[in-house]
Amino acid sequence: MNARLRWRKFVSGFMLTLTGVCAAISVSALFLILGYLVVRGGTSINWAFFTRLPVPVGEVGGGMANAIVGSAKLLFLATLFGVPIGFLGAIYLAEFSGSKMAFVVRYAADLLNGVPSIVIGIFAYALAVLPFKHFSTLAGGFALGLMMIPITLRSTEEFLRSVPVSLREGAMALGASKWKTIATVIVPAAYRGILTAILLAFARVAGETAPLTFTALSNSFWSPGWTQPTASLPVTIYNYALSPYEDWHRQAWAGGLVLLGLILVINIVARGILARGISVSRS
Amino acid sequence: MATSSTTVPSAGPVAGSRSFLSRLWEGDEIARLITFVFAASVVLVSILLVVELWHDSVLARHRFGLSFFRTSIWNPIEGDFGALPFIYGTVVTAGVALLIAVPLGIGAAIFLAELAPARVSDTLEFFIDLLAAVPSVIYGVLGLFIVVPLMRQFIAPWLKSTLGFLPLFQGPAYGMGFLTAGIVLAIMVIPYIISVSREVLLSVPRDQREAALAVGSTRWESTWKVVVPFARSGIMGSIFLALARSLGETMAVAMVIGNDPKIHASLFAAGYSIAAVIANELAEATSELHTQSLIELGLVLFLLTFILNGLARILIVLTSQRGAGSARA
Repeated sequence: MNARLRWRKFVSGFMLTLTGVCAAISVSALFLILGYLVVRGGTSINWAFFTRLPVPVGEVGGGMANAIVGSAKLLFLATLFGVPIGFLGAIYLAEFSGSKMAFVVRYAADLLNGVPSIVIGIFAYALAVLPFKHFSTLAGGFALGLMMIPITLRSTEEFLRSVPVSLREGAMALGASKWKTIATVIVPAAYRGILTAILLAFARVAGETAPLTFTALSNSFWSPGWTQPTASLPVTIYNYALSPYEDWHRQAWAGGLVLLGLILVINIVARGILARGISVSRS
Repeated sequence: MATSSTTVPSAGPVAGSRSFLSRLWEGDEIARLITFVFAASVVLVSILLVVELWHDSVLARHRFGLSFFRTSIWNPIEGDFGALPFIYGTVVTAGVALLIAVPLGIGAAIFLAELAPARVSDTLEFFIDLLAAVPSVIYGVLGLFIVVPLMRQFIAPWLKSTLGFLPLFQGPAYGMGFLTAGIVLAIMVIPYIISVSREVLLSVPRDQREAALAVGSTRWESTWKVVVPFARSGIMGSIFLALARSLGETMAVAMVIGNDPKIHASLFAAGYSIAAVIANELAEATSELHTQSLIELGLVLFLLTFILNGLARILIVLTSQRGAGSARA
């Protein structure tokens, strides 16, 4: 083996090891983040965190009960608004539309998906806050719902398209009309994939903060009804982390742990569903 | 008597394209119409988004014109608004982020696509996908409580003592600033670069590798001189995607950049970014002009990410088509 070859082999081994190091660093970031959050959040979390309202500045204790309920309300609205549009739009794309219309809708969805969440927030602010002159749960839910549309739409369409043609043909051959085929054969066959798509969209907006800072704003108290500003978990974490109070920092860690736990669990469940197969077997 | 029985079968259109009325009767037309409305509403929303951004920034656009992008004074009380410090902060932090994230991300993607056994690669990819799902406010909290103190105590003093002759690494370091924001952004976009680059590298046909190895290149030479150039445009696409992400990232940046609308040569100095100023000031904007200036900033951000995302998509599609094309050939 001459020196040149030995050098090339050395470079090869060295660079390949380096790529391994890059991968190790990147993946260990997740464990560092998780570990640190669990340690800091775990020691901060207590029962009051889930059940109590925030206490006035200076007092120790209190919790984020209003923010947890606020987040639940916002996500409920977002799902109510975003999922039907995404789901039914996807049915149109996969089952009815011609290629031109499909291209336009897909393009619009990708555009919405790529827009920074803060810009979606501005849009919601212009449509749902400015005309009514006050911040509201509705406006926040609208902003989050807008963000759910493209994710639900694109993945649902993909899963609908992956249903085997033989199933469609079978239903058609039995004399079912097109919508009956869709409603009773195609959608049930793809339901796991669709469920995953909705779960992932939900997890994606659950941690969104930017568009909420000027649509749902925040609130130190319960927010009755749908037209008042409301606290939400991400915005409260943001406000508490930036505050100068040690006890609020503690609660921000606890909130971060709860939020990240929720999002990671949804993600893992969704991927678990997907791993069991997205639709009926093609055999 | 059903209406369909009056039609003589042979006189009707070919089976399969039934008359409009019968399709309406069976519900197909109704389903088509309903789903069409929902699909069309997606298009409508995206058009409305652009119109709204354009329309609601009209006051600021007319008042300042192009000088909006050249002025570095941001004074809501006097009604003077210039976007330069925000554009500067956004570009600098995104630049720092890419400088860190691109080598790391592409290195990791090469490892996952070329070296790691399929099972290891898929497992790591699963963790990387989870990393991409972590919300930005959490990265912000971690940045604020971990990266900021680290920067103040270790990273900044070390950079000053080694690279302090550069104006980039001079001046006082309080922990918050361009460099800190860039580091946090880098951690956030690495998963995107890895995911997309890995996908693109995996789509490179096997023949390419085998041919390179057959003529005597080492494993690294076949990867670096054959596989990576083959996937070059797709990898560029993943970088553009990461760039678009870091330009639009809001909360994590707002928490660690220091929120000071000034332009500094030093990376240790506090700055501001477009997205951060919108998040901080839109809810409290008092004058119409202030609101509209912020919305114009949003318009700028929209156009930037729109162009970058478009380019990224074209590049990624180009590579995967190339891979598919030569695999068939």
